[in-house]
Amino acid sequence: MNQNLFNYTLQQADNCLILGQRLGEWCGHGPVLEQDIAMTNIALDLIGQARMLYQYAAEIQDEKRSEDDLAYLRDAWDFKNVLLVEQPNGDFAKTILRQFLFDSFNCPFYEKLKESSDERLAAIAAKSHKETLYHLKWSGDWVLRLGDGTEESHNRIQNALNELWPYSEEITTPSEADIDANKNGFGVNLNDIKSERETKIREVLNEATLTIPDSAYNHTGGKEGKHTEYLGYILADLQFLQRAYPGNEW
Amino acid sequence: MVIDQDHIKQLLEEVTDPEIPVISIRDLGILRDVRIENDQIEIIITPTYSGCPAMLEIEKNINNTLKKNDIENFKITTVLSPPWTTDWMSEEGKQKLKEYGIAPPNPSNEEDIQCPNCGSHNTSLVSQFGSTACKSLFKCNDCLEPFDYFKCH
Repeated sequence: MNQNLFNYTLQQADNCLILGQRLGEWCGHGPVLEQDIAMTNIALDLIGQARMLYQYAAEIQDEKRSEDDLAYLRDAWDFKNVLLVEQPNGDFAKTILRQFLFDSFNCPFYEKLKESSDERLAAIAAKSHKETLYHLKWSGDWVLRLGDGTEESHNRIQNALNELWPYSEEITTPSEADIDANKNGFGVNLNDIKSERETKIREVLNEATLTIPDSAYNHTGGKEGKHTEYLGYILADLQFLQRAYPGNEW
Repeated sequence: MVIDQDHIKQLLEEVTDPEIPVISIRDLGILRDVRIENDQIEIIITPTYSGCPAMLEIEKNINNTLKKNDIENFKITTVLSPPWTTDWMSEEGKQKLKEYGIAPPNPSNEEDIQCPNCGSHNTSLVSQFGSTACKSLFKCNDCLEPFDYFKCH
């Protein structure tokens, strides 16, 4: 088995699954019906992307394990998602800001991954990239609307920014899998995305009249399986059925 | 009975998108190809959006339709590349969508979407995300009806 290709594929699959699960928590609780639907639509796209990646990862692993085994039967330290995506939903402003910080990565990431030397990753990226264009437009528009909105909405999204900013950079900080993937031609050079992403983020935050915190501290560890306490609770929810009733199907 | 490509395609005309039952998977561009080699039939399909829950239902319906017509030696293959695009939707499909009350994709200008109910161009976007992954929600400022728009992809 190509361990690095497996890890690299899982890293992105886990990002998509965990953020998809987080967004799904909003189902029936959105501030208005249209935005409730928007969040669950994005969740659906992300879980669809996670499935394509898990299916591939399961094939690479070749141990007769399925996409479901990878999603439902691994423990927290096996998950390689960044810490940003496991952060709690908070209020609508925090969910929006978390989404924007993720989309501003996810969209250019897939665009670059389309050129992967690995045909399967390139095909998944081409399919997913189109979807993320809509996500980024949505979350960017909402950052603007809330930031440059009322005093209440401005304060809420500024608080979200203060809280989430230290989780922003991990996603463009290369892990061992990222470095190896890039060296071998199947992965993206994160340095190519980093500056483009930062420019986009600063542009939108600026227009939204938001202030970027001074702190240069960055939380990391998610890609190596060191997570915040929140991931365990997400997995408890997500994996309950398969843990309690192994192999059960709808 | 001779089983040829056109015959299979004809049979699959009755397989529709479960969310939009007026339009066949061929009109939508989900059915990519039918290949026949040594009496083995391969049906090639591609998903619209990666998380589209209709795909499972569509596979089941292809299965049922072919079996109903005594065709057993087939397999269904899902391909991701090239990624599905609304450009593959047939003109007939677009017309059917419109008659059903869904505005068809308008790649030339997504700001100018015609109301499928009254024909007015005085419409506005309510939400980029609608009742399914492939649609967004619009309203008509003249007849005041809300409607789905099948967005360009």
